[in-house]
Amino acid sequence: MGELRLMKGNEAIAEAFIREGVDAYYGYPITPQSEVMEYLTAERPEKRTGMVVLQAESELAAINMVYGAACTGKKVVTSSSSPGISLMQEGISYIAGSEVPCVLLNVVRGGPGLGDIQPAQSDYFQSVKGGGHGDYRQIVLAPSSVQDMYDHVSLAFELAFKYRILVLIQSDGLIGQMMEKVEIGEQKPRLTNEEIKAKYDTWALTGRTPGREHNIVTSLELDQAKQEQFNIHLQNKYKEIAENEVLYEEMEVEDADYILVAYGSSSRICRKAVNLAREKGLKVGLLRPITLWPFPEKRIAELAKRVKGMLSVEMSAGQMVEDVRLAVNGKIKVEHFGRYGGMIHTPEEVLEALETKIIGG
Amino acid sequence: MADIKIEDIIKSENLVFKKTKLFTDKPLSYCPGCGHGVAHRLILEVIEEMGIESETIGVAPVGCSVLAYEFMNIDMAQAPHGRAPAMATGIKRVYPEKYVFTYQGDGDLAAIGTSETIHACNRGDNMTIIFINNGIYGMTGGQMAPTTLEGMVSSTTPFGRDVELMGHPIKMTELVAQLPGTCYVARHAVHTPSAVRKAKKAIRKAFEKQKEKKGLSFVEIVSNCNSGWKMTPVDANKWMEEHMFPYYPLGEIKEI
Repeated sequence: MGELRLMKGNEAIAEAFIREGVDAYYGYPITPQSEVMEYLTAERPEKRTGMVVLQAESELAAINMVYGAACTGKKVVTSSSSPGISLMQEGISYIAGSEVPCVLLNVVRGGPGLGDIQPAQSDYFQSVKGGGHGDYRQIVLAPSSVQDMYDHVSLAFELAFKYRILVLIQSDGLIGQMMEKVEIGEQKPRLTNEEIKAKYDTWALTGRTPGREHNIVTSLELDQAKQEQFNIHLQNKYKEIAENEVLYEEMEVEDADYILVAYGSSSRICRKAVNLAREKGLKVGLLRPITLWPFPEKRIAELAKRVKGMLSVEMSAGQMVEDVRLAVNGKIKVEHFGRYGGMIHTPEEVLEALETKIIGG
Repeated sequence: MADIKIEDIIKSENLVFKKTKLFTDKPLSYCPGCGHGVAHRLILEVIEEMGIESETIGVAPVGCSVLAYEFMNIDMAQAPHGRAPAMATGIKRVYPEKYVFTYQGDGDLAAIGTSETIHACNRGDNMTIIFINNGIYGMTGGQMAPTTLEGMVSSTTPFGRDVELMGHPIKMTELVAQLPGTCYVARHAVHTPSAVRKAKKAIRKAFEKQKEKKGLSFVEIVSNCNSGWKMTPVDANKWMEEHMFPYYPLGEIKEI
């Protein structure tokens, strides 16, 4: 067993960035995730591992610093919260269009606009459907605990480099701010420039190696037929990801008549709601998507063959519920419940919603 | 037919100019008479002469020179509009030993990318910005740029730039020269042989400053846009001398 610490989610993920051997963090302060950069700067990662931490002048600059470093094969990351992630959408689209690997953290707060600084899950559409322009996808991981915040960093970088894609860790203000026990892993070494060249010289900007042509990282293709071919290539890659990288967790679904579908903070509340329901003799289970994209649609479709109804429980006005409905494809009743705008539902409210909207509805 | 080599046509003692091998063989996408081609050549010659082609990473902008990476045979990225300095910062901070430069036009650097430009300069990021100022948006068809002169006609100022309405042309180079993070700031042109020599010297100095790790080096090249200005190349250069140079005077502005 590794070292145990009591940490905030934002601190745990910052420690994970260092231990993952990340080369650079570029960010801009925004509540409720400012502890990420504060923790990093206090930890002197430039001394611990040689990791660069730089405070940018805006989220626009931060994402483009990430884009620049990602073009070179380095491990690079940024973090922000909802309004800041909105500002980053231009860079996110360019990163998708030029297929470079990087990791983002969104500690979601209530919106729209400046909204508030309380936890929310109302950025699902932006993250999963694409907030930037063009036909693109990004892998979205949804941690539900401080331990997940730590563990998802390694997973995110593994996927980012495997597919040369942006991986977004979609947390929220609750998981970012709360303290929990977290098991800390070993320090991984940062790759040397020589190792990066050996691994990624087919595409990364490392300075033109003698004997090879120049590497170019661009999202521009003026020939529309070639741009269509490139888009087909992207879609094939996304299909491969959708087939191979779906992650989810289940609780008491084996004999369930009704399923709650919830991710992140909301899934924790739903665990309690499942227990309350079981105490009342109701056979309720929970499906927690860990990857929001790719979405566990096959598993939901399977469950829809034998359960009576599903309730998508989100801290939003109802966003993921659309994907649950697509997966269920009309076979059973699917409804949404959730508090939003920074408010958080209670397990009792979830159970009541299940009883009125699904069981009695 | 046997391959004809350049030596078969020109005796080596008479050869006075050779295309730098860092130019790819792709035909330039620029209009005849435009200064971009010469500016590209000077940068590539400097990189070749310094022997740093394996140590250099460039960032192309959005604008006429969006395809600069097609012509420059060095590792390059293409940035979102105005964000080249941020990308270059991201690269330079993880590869401090490499030479990193951006190549940007006036719309890119002085309008949409003003923030990225000023903050990269202010942080003193140890890299080079090459700024091509022709007072117009060339690629999108000749619209007003932040550097369009007072009274100058463009497709969005068909009656001339009214400074009451549109504000004044911005002198980014003087602006960044005031920041402590810049170590070398100069403004040159590439319209005559003597101007070309001076511009090349400035670009060389800018790249050498990276070796000295003194901060950000910034070279503006005042250029023409004969297509956008709707003039012949010769007339455009004359107009540039008469109108652009008085407002954007050439010379060395700052060196530390």
